[in-house]
Amino acid sequence: MLAMLQSVLGGGIRAGTPILYATLGEVISERAGVVNLGVEGGILVGACAGFITTAHTQNPMLGIAAAALAGGLAGLVHAFMVVTLRSNQIASGLALMFLCLGVTSFVGRPYVAVKINAVPQASVPGLSRLPLVGTVLFTHDVLVYGAYLLAPLIWLLLFHTKWGLALRAVGERPAVAYASGLPTSLIQYGAVVSGGVLSGIAGAHLSLAYARSWVEGMSNGRGFIAVALVIFATWHPLRSVVGAVVFGAVFALQLQIQARGVALSPYFLDMTPYLLTLVGLLLMGRARRHAMPEGLRAVFEGVT
Amino acid sequence: MAVEAPSDGDHVYLRLEGITKSFPGVVANCGINLDVGRGEIHAVLGENGAGKSTLMKVLYGFWQPDAGTISVDGKRLDLRSPSDAIRAGIGMVFQSFMLIPAFSVAENIALTLPGSGVLLSVSAIRARLREFGSRYGLSVEADAKVWQLSVGEQQRVEIVKLLVSGARVLILDEPTSVLAPHEVTKLFEILQTLRRDGYTILFVTHKLNEVMAIADRITVLRKGGVVGTLPRAGATLPDLVDMLLGERELRAGSFERRDHEPGGRAVLELHDLSVRSDRGRTGLARVSLRVCAGEIVGVAGVTGNGQTELGEAILGLRRPAGGRVVLDGVDVTRRSTAAILAQGVACIPEDPLRMGVAPGLTIAENMVLDERARYMPFGGLLTDWRAIRREIELRVENFGIAIPRLSVPVGTLSGGNVQRLLLLRALARKPRLLVAFYPTRGLDIAATRMAQELLMVSRNGGAATLLISEDLDELFALSDRLVVLSRGAVAGSFRPGEVETVDVGLLMTGAAKRHEWQASPASSIPGS
Repeated sequence: MLAMLQSVLGGGIRAGTPILYATLGEVISERAGVVNLGVEGGILVGACAGFITTAHTQNPMLGIAAAALAGGLAGLVHAFMVVTLRSNQIASGLALMFLCLGVTSFVGRPYVAVKINAVPQASVPGLSRLPLVGTVLFTHDVLVYGAYLLAPLIWLLLFHTKWGLALRAVGERPAVAYASGLPTSLIQYGAVVSGGVLSGIAGAHLSLAYARSWVEGMSNGRGFIAVALVIFATWHPLRSVVGAVVFGAVFALQLQIQARGVALSPYFLDMTPYLLTLVGLLLMGRARRHAMPEGLRAVFEGVT
Repeated sequence: MAVEAPSDGDHVYLRLEGITKSFPGVVANCGINLDVGRGEIHAVLGENGAGKSTLMKVLYGFWQPDAGTISVDGKRLDLRSPSDAIRAGIGMVFQSFMLIPAFSVAENIALTLPGSGVLLSVSAIRARLREFGSRYGLSVEADAKVWQLSVGEQQRVEIVKLLVSGARVLILDEPTSVLAPHEVTKLFEILQTLRRDGYTILFVTHKLNEVMAIADRITVLRKGGVVGTLPRAGATLPDLVDMLLGERELRAGSFERRDHEPGGRAVLELHDLSVRSDRGRTGLARVSLRVCAGEIVGVAGVTGNGQTELGEAILGLRRPAGGRVVLDGVDVTRRSTAAILAQGVACIPEDPLRMGVAPGLTIAENMVLDERARYMPFGGLLTDWRAIRREIELRVENFGIAIPRLSVPVGTLSGGNVQRLLLLRALARKPRLLVAFYPTRGLDIAATRMAQELLMVSRNGGAATLLISEDLDELFALSDRLVVLSRGAVAGSFRPGEVETVDVGLLMTGAAKRHEWQASPASSIPGS
């Protein structure tokens, strides 16, 4: 029982990593007032670009860099559509998602079943030998540690720096931010592209560390879970960690149950994370709505 | 009249030359020249739509002029955005405050601070706040969230924000429109101290008495152009009215007020009505009130003291937590909005563009929206649009609204015209009860006068009216009885003749407790 608990938790941390990257990215983007439903697409292009690069160079670090770049590009497209062209952010995000799904399926086709060098595992010396929690917390690949270190870093950035203040101001009242002399468009571009970079890294973790293979559509809704998690976390980076681990644990539990041959339809198990999403939204939706950045309700039309 | 006054000796600090700015379909500013001396309080006076706000936003870099130049201290400025203006030492307090409600005072101020370092340093901001706070009487709590502050406090935050960011020219756009009388006095004291320290202040307003109280010089705008600039010492009220309105004449005097028999039948009765509110606003706490047929009951209060909740509870838009709403003797507390409207209730909503009209629908469609049963029988299949148009045109003509066509979307009209349409729509139903939120907001002097007359005609015709307003002059002129709302409770109830506006202002802001002149309890019948 203890062993199972440990493996579910450890697995949860690992499986929660891509979700956490994507959620943190979306927190940044939404704090600046732009919803990006294209996170799913960002994860896919990241996973695909990272995998292809690694397959050719056998260097997973280059793969991660390529994934970040590809995700950033996807974010740039969304920023251009929403900030510059003022098109509808819901439509733009969804279109971007389907575009990425199509492009990666096409481009990634020859790489299905290709073997690669995975992102290296790195046990933290000393800490990994702690009783009970040592293996759960400290025997992972480098991207896992990166994600959980990134959360407090982004919290610092958002709430204790001038950049963060400016970014949140744009997300709350863009007209006020503009009147205060802030470059609102530039800030939104920066936020959406950063969000894209993080979704790309999320994809890199999926294909280069978690699954270590490329399959079309392998993000499997994680981007949308991230969008929902932003709401659970009330647009807060540290609370995102909790949500990501919980959802990761559900994925891990699902694997455990399948591995133990419990007679439950795999289709039902596949539904559980998304069912949990709906239940969570139901419970949290009304109570914490006021935490939402005000600027999310509409896109700033600028001044004429 | 309209003589250009020489800027008595001291040199020109701020100069606007030939400023022209047009928007699609309208020229807001046309060749405006304005000279302002250093350390001067310069009033910019004009009616709604005279182009005051546009001119100020051009000066603040919010909008770029089509033509014209701006110079400060002899140096020509090229203002492409507000940040350019801030760098040039020009700051502006907008009519709707440019503060972020979810942020603390310190965070709001940090937003405009010229950058030094990346980390937020709240302690440095606190020190600056204390410094300016004590020198100019602008004390504000650095860690309070802005949504918790009163309007007067928010305005002080706005002014401190400008001072901290190093502004030397302060533009105040209609700064008194949101303030109670004693807060206005305090603001004027602050402005005079600032002037003594060499700050240059542009005071934008349409209120003549304020101009006469505070300004050194006055520039009057009309229809996007300058009518003239004159020193206050050489200005008289009649002169200024002439300059403001042109050859139009103001019908002065009071309204024809037909008396009804005292103790007329109660149309609306509220018994101990309590309402919960959304975050950051006051609800209602055991409010009792009665409005009789042929009576206007004015509700005075600073916005956000329960007016919204009062209106919403009466209209069935918000379920009361306790107490009863009685219409014509029938308890309607838990009835639907449709049922309440069907009892003969009409409303001029608080936020016209959100609650009053559907901006994308045409004028004609909007005008029949709340009386679908009458205009659109058989589910709208037999709608006689031509008859509807004729009827609306007749009403519109009498009220002097400049409407291009009835088939244009309401969203393209100016705020003032939307307000006029709503007024017409509400009164056209000959309601038993009219709940009127700020009925003359956004209207110029002539239209305000006409709207007030319409309300009085409706009253004389026997309608019960609940008039919710921040304009004390309007409340005193129209109301048969006044109720003051403060923090969701009735702070006083009296007849307009019994008290001074200043006393009401003190009650509105909770600066005075229930007063001894509160002769009658809120629920008593007037004149009994």
